[in-house]
Amino acid sequence: MIDHLDQFFVLLQHWLVSFLPAFLRPAASIVLGVAAIVSLFPALFALTTVFERKGLARIQNRIGPNRVGPFGLLQPIADGIKSLTKEDIVPLSADAAVHFLAPVVLVVAVFMGFAVLPMGRNMVLVNMDAGLLFYFAMGASTELSVFMAGWSSRNKYSLLGAMRAVAQMISYEVPLLLSSVTVVMITGSLSLTKIVEAQNHYSYGLPHWYIFTPWGCAAFVMYAIATTAESNRSPFDLPEGESELVAGYHTEYSGFKFALFFLGEYLSMFSISGLGTTLFLGGWSAPFSFLTWVPSWIWFFSKLMLSIFIFIWLRGTLPRLRQDQLMNFAWKFVLPMCLLNLLVVGLWRFMGDAWLRWVLCSAVLMGAYASMSWVEMRRKHIGPRSYRNAE
Amino acid sequence: MLGEGILKGLAETARNFFGSYFSAERLTTVVYPERRIAPFEAARVFPFLVYDGADWQGGLRCVACQICEKECPPKCIYIEKSTDKKPDAIGKLQFYPARFDIDISVCMSCQICVEVCPFEAIKMNTEFELSTTDRFGGLLLDRQQLAKSNDYYHQIHPADATAVDARLATEKAKAEAKAKLASVAVAAKAAAIAGEGA
Repeated sequence: MIDHLDQFFVLLQHWLVSFLPAFLRPAASIVLGVAAIVSLFPALFALTTVFERKGLARIQNRIGPNRVGPFGLLQPIADGIKSLTKEDIVPLSADAAVHFLAPVVLVVAVFMGFAVLPMGRNMVLVNMDAGLLFYFAMGASTELSVFMAGWSSRNKYSLLGAMRAVAQMISYEVPLLLSSVTVVMITGSLSLTKIVEAQNHYSYGLPHWYIFTPWGCAAFVMYAIATTAESNRSPFDLPEGESELVAGYHTEYSGFKFALFFLGEYLSMFSISGLGTTLFLGGWSAPFSFLTWVPSWIWFFSKLMLSIFIFIWLRGTLPRLRQDQLMNFAWKFVLPMCLLNLLVVGLWRFMGDAWLRWVLCSAVLMGAYASMSWVEMRRKHIGPRSYRNAE
Repeated sequence: MLGEGILKGLAETARNFFGSYFSAERLTTVVYPERRIAPFEAARVFPFLVYDGADWQGGLRCVACQICEKECPPKCIYIEKSTDKKPDAIGKLQFYPARFDIDISVCMSCQICVEVCPFEAIKMNTEFELSTTDRFGGLLLDRQQLAKSNDYYHQIHPADATAVDARLATEKAKAEAKAKLASVAVAAKAAAIAGEGA
């Protein structure tokens, strides 16, 4: 029974496909999987927008949306109707074709990333040997759509937003890849299903997730920073900094095209959280060995929602960075730490099972962090601000 | 240590997040149309005209001097001066506004009209639910819509209204004393002329 619940969606797919003639079955099963992903994640997006608004409100001691439906839960339906019925404005001098394609390219590229994420035991659309590589290839093409949007709008705010977005996304792509490479170094595989399986065993009832190793913890922190920047979330939301750039690269978008951008942004947040879950938090595996009877997909989605909650929490806490702070942080702090972490992973891999590797690896990482923060904070005067021109 | 401040901030927002569910006094906003907070005494929205007594037309303090019309930065006030004169609150003959319109779609609530008025005739209202389906006629208030009693002024700005009343009372007393003095002088003069004649 419990096994059936765990494999519920897989069995459902097999059962539905079994009605078709044999030669149609492979294609039909893929179509079913795609349909499931394409309907599930936008639904999750709709829920997340409400929870984000309510969570931010609570963080700021407000009540939040509570008008549409019970506790405001039907708000996304109202928002959807609004964005569908709004006028779709295209600037007169915009490059109409590219302007139209940009949101489509974004959503398509983001959806492609979900294809390789294992969302439960045997629940992966395409079990690719180079799944991680495919994921990053797809993730990198979202930058293209952002620049398409900024360039085709023919608006200074859009272009500036797109320039910022591209600079930011390319800078943070490097730590994102380098922190993921650590996992590949340990598992020796680019396949995401193999990476999950490598973490899915227990000793003393506790799982062997990579976040519970010194290098994994460091890589996870770097990964979290890089994903926040990759998905243009606060505090790295410079590309759409509304106080400076109106709305950044989607300034000239209205109606459903704007909604598509919004959808693409949240979907990329989901998919990148899903990848982080897969790489460091054991994917669909249970956090304790006595909880392995709970269906695997429940674990995957609860970890995903936990990451989303942390994204919202960060957004409610941190102010937006300046462009130079953003770049300095990427190239002077996150990147060196990632490179050092690669070295530490090499140490970990070849030092055997001794307790010494725990001590050594932790000491190297902590020492590097402490000395780096000493260097960074050395000349920083932290106290009441003084304004040079406002005395 | 780097990142210490971020952790402190995260702790603070987490306290807000959970605290706002448990203690209602944390919440800074209320569910608006069902629950209302009384407007602050210093609140100001759009101007209104004060009248004394019960009759809004006779009691208007405004003497159509048009200072506010001239000072208004966005020029949202339109005044037509009357041709005849009517006695004001003190009893002195004054002009009155035959027309006094304020276009609240133009008004920017700067309160300059209130500052320049020498007759305490125009004050700021706290009424803010002014939405209308007619954006031209509905937002152009004429003098009847603008006229509010002094009691209403006391209700919305009690401290200011008391101070204004005291000032007007001393002015009135001064004017009456002056008038009395003048009338006494006139009577004495008349008596003197009469005495001379005799």
